[in-house]
Amino acid sequence: MSQGTGNSSTVVDITQLSLAFQTGDGPVHALSDIDLKIRSGEFVTLIGPSGCGKTTLLRVIADLETHSAGEIKVNGVAPEEARLQRSYGYVFQSPALYPWRTVEQNVSLPLEIMGRPKAERRELARHYLELVNLTGFDRKYPWQLSGGMQQRVSIARALSLEAELLLMDEPFGALDEITRDHLNEQLLRLWEKTSKTIVFVTHSIPEAVFLSTRIVVMSPRPGRVIDVIDCNLPTNRVLEVRESPEFLEIAHRVREGLRSGHSYDDD
Amino acid sequence: MFGQLGSPARSVALPALAVTLVALVLPLTDTLAWQQLPLSLLGPLAVAVAAGAIISRRAAGIAGGFVALAGVATGAVVATWIVHADSLTGHVSWGFWCYVLALGLLVWRSMSAFSTVRSQRKVLPQIFRLLVPGIFGIWLIVLWELIVVGFGVPRILLPAPSMIGDVFVESGSMLTADFHQTVIRSVIPGFVMGNVAGFLIAVIVERVMFLKRGLLPLGNLISAIPIVGIAPIMVMWFGFDWQSKAAVVVIMTFFPMLVNTVIGLSESTNIEIDLMRSYGARYWQEFFRLRLPNALPFIFNALKINSTLALIGAIVAEFFGTPIVGMGFRISTEVGRMSLETVWATIAVAALSGSSFYGLLALLERRVTFWHASFQASRN
Repeated sequence: MSQGTGNSSTVVDITQLSLAFQTGDGPVHALSDIDLKIRSGEFVTLIGPSGCGKTTLLRVIADLETHSAGEIKVNGVAPEEARLQRSYGYVFQSPALYPWRTVEQNVSLPLEIMGRPKAERRELARHYLELVNLTGFDRKYPWQLSGGMQQRVSIARALSLEAELLLMDEPFGALDEITRDHLNEQLLRLWEKTSKTIVFVTHSIPEAVFLSTRIVVMSPRPGRVIDVIDCNLPTNRVLEVRESPEFLEIAHRVREGLRSGHSYDDD
Repeated sequence: MFGQLGSPARSVALPALAVTLVALVLPLTDTLAWQQLPLSLLGPLAVAVAAGAIISRRAAGIAGGFVALAGVATGAVVATWIVHADSLTGHVSWGFWCYVLALGLLVWRSMSAFSTVRSQRKVLPQIFRLLVPGIFGIWLIVLWELIVVGFGVPRILLPAPSMIGDVFVESGSMLTADFHQTVIRSVIPGFVMGNVAGFLIAVIVERVMFLKRGLLPLGNLISAIPIVGIAPIMVMWFGFDWQSKAAVVVIMTFFPMLVNTVIGLSESTNIEIDLMRSYGARYWQEFFRLRLPNALPFIFNALKINSTLALIGAIVAEFFGTPIVGMGFRISTEVGRMSLETVWATIAVAALSGSSFYGLLALLERRVTFWHASFQASRN
């Protein structure tokens, strides 16, 4: 593994992290002994079957869930402190736009909570709407937009915090494949332009290989890291890269990893 | 579906014409034929002209609706004049009722014409949407007048609308004083206090788990207490004047608002709440930017329910002791004096103020919660 060799700083540092949910039938081990370091500027994808805890891991980073053992640091501090410092933007599975707010008001919601002045809110909202190619839609309401546009608004909203770290939980999972391919390309351009650190959760192998610099393959119940795969495709990749032998080789390795993870399971 | 009503609606005009012709053959009253009261022939004439214009397709669609409406209006004026004519009250006969049936068929024709408007054109559909229930309501009142006067129904059983109208003209100041006492002094203060209290308590209840578990079931218990039980107690506590009525209104409106607000405040989805959490939002930031907007449809529901409950509560409470003014007082004393037309006039005031109160709230709701799914159905 090539961890810690570069001169870029570590954004997320996870050691021996475990998480167990208390349920009526006893504890459910969602995550077990996770070790992971994410460095600044990386695009790391967590991939695995449903119920492998990839979303839970992302939520622990975001302090929306609390781990039960091990250690995690986000930007060098505990996740709660990182959250209160607004050090990440989070994109959920569904856009979760507030229907009573216009697109612009939705994008500037985090800025409003941070108490930024109105003129600045407006300027930032316009800027990030432009970045996701939604110029001119600022006065529309979310329910007047298509599903793909809504998710782009929610990405703009996550960007408007201007945090270094972007956490994305299957943001394109509910969209059709054509829209999804399109948004994948746009996201890649966005990442190159903004040089953010992105942690991306998906269960789509092509999506993972296409987007990532590193792929973390996880196994179900309890969620463990099976394999970490470096993904050294050219940075300015386009959709056609998915036909290249390098791409197919990495995809094959991801699939192998997922299969080995499954063999532990009964189902 | 409404767009296809054109031809069946036209076919309604045919029986209207036929029934009018039959009516002319039958006697107008016990003793008179139509031609012995020449002015009365104006009515059947107007109906026949309108029906004829529609049948011959000279007036189709909406134009047909207006022609039918004009025919009905003229016909109804003549019919009212006939039943009110000296010595005819209570003596009209088959010919007259056949004629009224023909009027009814024409009303049907005009209403079905105006109901199709929405699917046909976009200009001023609002006016037509109000026109149809308006025509229907006025027709019911005309029918009420004709039946009560035509059959000579005793005014104790059911006074004619014209008699009730006389009360409005002659005792307008009394009705205004009653309205002021009951609506302005009892209902509105009670409504405001009950709803504000219900809302504020709901905000606290929503934050404190044990209150949510403990107070809500108790609230259901209290809302099951009958108003006739609570009203005399409030009169004992707060005296005869408006304060006791306002207290009854507070009790009646408090729990619907409490329960609806508590439900509404917990309406936000997990993702919406997580989003606020990811921004490190404080409680009140989350409350005003997320929970309250999501609760608004529920709050408006409570307001609408309460607008009718409050009026009922105040009127019933006045049955248990009141100064000599107020709508409930008026109803209870005028029934005793056999002045039923005054009772009906008071009921009309109550119905009008209750429905305009409700209507205002519904309008406000549309403005404030325009984004809610229930209002988007018509847009998409």
